[in-house]
Amino acid sequence: MKRPIRVVMAKAGLDGHDRGVKVVARALRDAGMEVIYTGVHQTPEQVVETALQEDADAIGVSLLSGAHNYIFPRISELMTEKGLDDVLLFGGGIIPEDDIATLRSHGVERIFQPGASLEDIVAYIREAVARKRGAGHAKG
Amino acid sequence: MTHELLGGSRGAEPPGGRLLERARSGDKRSVARLISMIENDEPGAAAVMRTVYPETGKAAIVGVTGPPGGGKSTLVARLGASYREQGARVAVVAVDPSSPFTGGALLGDRIRMRDGFLDDGLFIRSMASRGHSGGLARATLRVVNLLDALGTGVILVETVGVGQEEVEVVRVADTVCLVTVPGLGDDIQALKAGVLEIADVLVVNKSDRPGADETVRDLATMLSLGKGRLEFTPPIVRTSAQSGEGIAELVAAIAKHREWAARSGERERRRLAAARGEIEALLREELVRRLRGRVGADRVDDIVKRVAARSLDPYTAIDELLSTR
Ligand SMILES: Nc1nc2c(ncn2[C@@H]2O[C@H](COP(=O)(O)OP(=O)(O)O)[C@@H](O)[C@H]2O)c(=O)[nH]1
Ligand SMILES: [Mg+2]
Repeated sequence: MKRPIRVVMAKAGLDGHDRGVKVVARALRDAGMEVIYTGVHQTPEQVVETALQEDADAIGVSLLSGAHNYIFPRISELMTEKGLDDVLLFGGGIIPEDDIATLRSHGVERIFQPGASLEDIVAYIREAVARKRGAGHAKG
Repeated sequence: MTHELLGGSRGAEPPGGRLLERARSGDKRSVARLISMIENDEPGAAAVMRTVYPETGKAAIVGVTGPPGGGKSTLVARLGASYREQGARVAVVAVDPSSPFTGGALLGDRIRMRDGFLDDGLFIRSMASRGHSGGLARATLRVVNLLDALGTGVILVETVGVGQEEVEVVRVADTVCLVTVPGLGDDIQALKAGVLEIADVLVVNKSDRPGADETVRDLATMLSLGKGRLEFTPPIVRTSAQSGEGIAELVAAIAKHREWAARSGERERRRLAAARGEIEALLREELVRRLRGRVGADRVDDIVKRVAARSLDPYTAIDELLSTR
């Protein structure tokens, strides 16, 4: 039984620059994943509801506008509310070093800064999803 | 992901039973999980399909097909909103192609459907074709059946939209809308090959652009030259999915076709063909699975290699595989 990794990729915040998130989306596709791309200006509510309906293994949110200290914790909160604790949450964007630790405490495992290697992102998602799936299995 | 199902056979409870129970009470996450189970052929998927099948056949299933970029997803979003206004519970199943090389897929239909993301009565599922040809995924009909059994009133199915041979949607949908756009020029002739014949409603989308009149005329000519598949002539509806113009007319045209199909026996004919197609597909899958189990994957691989090397012909190979015990 083959189960492709499904990833929801979204761009949150006010700016409409989605080049970066699209490059990552394509790289994930080329790595054999099923990527659900939802476009720009996504709210936390929209991102989480999409992940729920699409039965995603992972949510990747790209963010440049500085609202990360609101958006990521809110996504995390909604994920818990909807029972998506076994879904991976990762991010991308220019985020100050100081905030990364805070975000980690809010369930954002990893933030990729602009220029992060696509290979690293792919390898990380593979590893983290395998870990999450394994944990879910043991739990069930 | 939690897989309470993977263990499966705890006691007499059929795997998937709990999920189905929760899905029936309206839990969207359970619906999403069940869809994955069916897509992945996970243990328990067949049991779920067995349970729900008697409850299928109630939803109105509308297929939306046509070339890429024609506005299918935008149109599906508009149709969905319109059926929601009528009070129906709506689901969208949007299929996009998987890469034949990596198996990966970029599923982008949701970009056009964002206004509905938080609508409680709308469920959207993106689906990769996973190597299946014909414009749908292998599991699309099964997923549509599940959503149907769960009480969805209208199910909108968007096909991949790349090929000319995307005719499988006719096996799933009660009404097929073929979306074209102005300015295709001679390319519109290419639609003739098979795709035009499956259309129940012809949509000229992007009618806000110049050339719509010409496209409508071309389509009308092509229809009049056609053999006249049935006593039903597909209406040609102009829409602008962007502005919303023509959507009410499209909804009316779909309803009219639906009434005609129920009255004329066309619906029963299609259901027979669909049932035959699904049984044959399942038979193929099951026979291949059983054969593999009996013969062993190594043996199959060995025979494949011999056929490739020309030391065995494919016909003899089949005899050999089937006579293995
Ligand atoms: N001008 C115009 N553009 C449209 C219309 N409908 C869709 N589009 C645009 O056409 C592009 C492709 O639309 P999409 O729904 O993704 O097409 P699909 O590939 O067939 O699903 C998008 O940029 C839409 O905004 C329309 O009625 N008029
Ligand atoms: Mg589309």
